[in-house]
Amino acid sequence: MSNEKTDWWVGLFVLLGAIALTFLALRAGNLSSFSFAPTYSLTAKFDNIGGLKVRAPVKSAGVVVGRVASITLDEKTFQAVVTLHMQKSYQFPLDSSARILTSGLLGEQYIGLEPGGDDAALAAGATIKLTQSAIVLESLISQFLYGQAEKQGSPQATTPPAAK
Amino acid sequence: MTSPKGIAALGAAVRKRVIGLGVFTRFFIRLLAASSIVFKRPRLVSQQIHFIGNHSLLIIAVSGLFVGFVLGLQGYYTLNRYGSEEALGLLVALSLTRELGPVVTALLFAGRAGTSLTAEIGLMRAGEQLAAMEVMAVDPARRVLAPRFWGGVIAMPVLAAVFSMVGILGGWIVGVLLIGIDTGAFWSQMQSGVDVWKDVMNGVIKSIVFGVAVTLIALFEGWQARPTPEGVARATTRTVVAGSLAVLGLDFLLTALMFSN
Repeated sequence: MSNEKTDWWVGLFVLLGAIALTFLALRAGNLSSFSFAPTYSLTAKFDNIGGLKVRAPVKSAGVVVGRVASITLDEKTFQAVVTLHMQKSYQFPLDSSARILTSGLLGEQYIGLEPGGDDAALAAGATIKLTQSAIVLESLISQFLYGQAEKQGSPQATTPPAAK
Repeated sequence: MTSPKGIAALGAAVRKRVIGLGVFTRFFIRLLAASSIVFKRPRLVSQQIHFIGNHSLLIIAVSGLFVGFVLGLQGYYTLNRYGSEEALGLLVALSLTRELGPVVTALLFAGRAGTSLTAEIGLMRAGEQLAAMEVMAVDPARRVLAPRFWGGVIAMPVLAAVFSMVGILGGWIVGVLLIGIDTGAFWSQMQSGVDVWKDVMNGVIKSIVFGVAVTLIALFEGWQARPTPEGVARATTRTVVAGSLAVLGLDFLLTALMFSN
C-alpha cells in the first residue's frame, strides 16, 4: 500500500478517535456544563452543609447561576465555609439569602439563592450573611419524635411501662 | 505428604516464573530504550497504527454496538422494576466509559491484534529475519518492536473510545428507538451523572494502560517464541491467555485506585 494511502487511513482512524472522545465528553459527559464565562466568588457560612459537594450548582429561581468552588471548615467558629463561583452576568442584592436544598426526594444537594431587596449588589469576595443549613433527615426525625413525645407527655408518663 | 521431589518441582516452577518476569522487565526496558525511532521515523509507527488499529476497527465497532444493545435491554428490564427507566442512559454510559469500553476492547484487541503481532514476530524469529537484521547491524528491537509497541499503545485508546461511543449509540437505539424511553431524559440523566474527568478520562487512562500491557505481552511472547511452527502456535495462545488475564487483573487494580473515594 502506498504511503499516502496509509496516511489517509491512519488520519481517518485518529479523526474517528477524536470524534469519539469529543462525543463522550460533550454528549455523554458534562463538559458542556463547564462554562468559561468570567466568574466572581462569594462565600457563605453554613452550620451544616449536609451532603453538599464541590461543583454542585448554585441556583436562583431554578436557574443555574454558579457553582460551588470549595468547601472548608472555619477553625474558629466550626462552620463550613463554602466558596461559590458566580457567573459575572448575574448580580444579587446584598441581603440575598442562601439555602442548601435537595433536588427531588433523593437527588443531589445544591445551593438555592434567594434575592433580597437591597439596592447594593454583592461585590466579588463578599460573604452572604443569611444562610440556612441543609436539612439532615436524622435530626428532623428526632425533632419530630421529641415534639410528639412532649405533646402527649403527661398522660404517657402515667401509663404503666408494660403498655408501651 | 509431599515428596522432596514435589518441593523441588515447586521451587523450580516458582524460579522459572520469577526469571520470566525479570526477562519481561528487561524486554520492556530495552523496548523503551529503543523507542527514539518513533520520532526519527514516524512512518513506521503510522504503518503499525494502520495495521493494528484500522484493521481492528470493524470488530470493535460491531462488538460495541451489540454490547450497547444488550446493556440497553438488560438495563431496561432491571430499571423498569424500580420505575426509573430514564436512568438507562446513565447506566449504559457509566458502564461503558468506566469498565466495558476499555476492558472489552482490550480483550478483543488481544485476540485480534495481539495474536497477529505475536505470530508475525514469532515467524520473523523462526525465519531468522531478526538474526539477519542483527547481522546487518540493524537493532530489531528498534526497527521491529518499538514501532509495533507504540502503534498498539496509540491505537488502543482510540479503539476504546470508539467502542464506548458506538455502545452508547447502541444503548440509545434500543432504549429510545425500540423501547420508547424519552430521548431527552436519556441524555440529560447521562450528562448529569457522567463526569468528564472521573469517568471518561479514567476510562481513557485505563485503555492506555491496557494497550501497553497487551501489546507488550504480545511482542514479548513473539520474541520469546521457540522458532518452530509449534512454538509460534503456543506463543500465540499464550498471548491471548496472558493478555486477557493481565487486562482483567489490571482492571481490578485500576478500578480500586481510581474510583475509591
